[in-house]
Amino acid sequence: MSTERRLLWLFGGVMLVVFLAAAEPGAARRAQSTREAKNTKTNGQQNEGEKKFQQNCSRCHNAPESFSPRIAGTIVRHMRVRASLSKQDAEAILHFLNP
Amino acid sequence: MFGEVPRAMAQDTPLISGGIGFFTSTNGGNTSYIPTISPVLAAPLGDSVLVESRANLLEDFFPGPSGYNTTHFVGLSYLQLDYIATSHLTIVAGYFLTPFGTYNERLSAIWIGNFQDGPLILPIGTGSTGSSSGVMIRGSAVSTTNFSIDYAAYFSGNSTNEQFRSTRATGGRVSIYLPKQGLEVGTSYARSLATVQTNSYGMHLWWEPIGTPFRLRSEYAHAAHAAGYWIETDYRLSRLRGEESVVGRIEPIFRWQQVFRNHPDPTDGLPSVDTKQVEFGLDYRLPHEIRILTSYGRQITPVGDRNIWQTGLVYRFLFPAWKGKS
Repeated sequence: MSTERRLLWLFGGVMLVVFLAAAEPGAARRAQSTREAKNTKTNGQQNEGEKKFQQNCSRCHNAPESFSPRIAGTIVRHMRVRASLSKQDAEAILHFLNP
Repeated sequence: MFGEVPRAMAQDTPLISGGIGFFTSTNGGNTSYIPTISPVLAAPLGDSVLVESRANLLEDFFPGPSGYNTTHFVGLSYLQLDYIATSHLTIVAGYFLTPFGTYNERLSAIWIGNFQDGPLILPIGTGSTGSSSGVMIRGSAVSTTNFSIDYAAYFSGNSTNEQFRSTRATGGRVSIYLPKQGLEVGTSYARSLATVQTNSYGMHLWWEPIGTPFRLRSEYAHAAHAAGYWIETDYRLSRLRGEESVVGRIEPIFRWQQVFRNHPDPTDGLPSVDTKQVEFGLDYRLPHEIRILTSYGRQITPVGDRNIWQTGLVYRFLFPAWKGKS
């Protein structure tokens, strides 16, 4: 078997494992129920902000561990340009970062 | 997620952010050491304007015939003024990252990318610098709970200034994102308006299923003398004892890419022959914004194969540039 063919098999195997792990229903349900339990404890605006943060910011990078509230507005304005956020989405994220 | 953020009034104080990294790359048996710093400055002016810039400073220590040689590089990725005109339109002027595909704008920062090197097809549509000098409009065309569409269009002039190097070109990108499916697809276009005018086309697909730590990102791009694609996946093991556990901080990563040459072109920055490259890696997210990157790659070409081993340590920083309001 050529090196190229072996690499293709390896690639296929890795992709299969990753897809199976991502689609594992039990874990997905657990994650969903944990998220839902958390959501009931917070208000709707906070939920909306978190959702928008995950949809627009977390897709590329992890959230910073901490930052000063003095720069919360600047971070959101920077992300508004970088991630092409609408005004409403930017306001929801600002509320999430600094309720 | 933001447990340490003090609850106080959000302010618009200018900030300094960025990353400091130390990278090693062993390519075909030769090891280079590359300390890098990449600071970002963002300074709001009034309610609608933001001035932002990202610089790159790096030193490259690489082996030569009589010991190690060194070169250094200091340059700007962008220095731009953003005017947020309406809820759906931002006007950008200055030197900005060229909006073609996804890697250049979203993943090229050293504290974001999973791999030390960008994809082989990165120069398609973005040129040798990845940046343009001119004007860009961008924003969210539509944003609902079911889908959102964003766009970017730009015109760039020719600049031979050492810090603002760019070519005369125009282009843009449109993407649609389905939040419930975690799916994004988009298309990009660039037209070089230099003496020889050429078109580049691109498509991207990102899939990040909701409720899972799995991410799949991919791009295809076609230029006058070459085409290619890359597929990258990562899966943080946060299901095992949570994100903050020793195991949950591990992130296996994988990338497969190919470039197809239809005509030699020494100026386009792409591999000179058909190339395949497979890469496996493990990233580890330490506390306090420190990340370890490791990867092994095998590059396969008709003129020979080679191994690429890469390691890196990156620290991401973020703090106010000066005192805020009391």
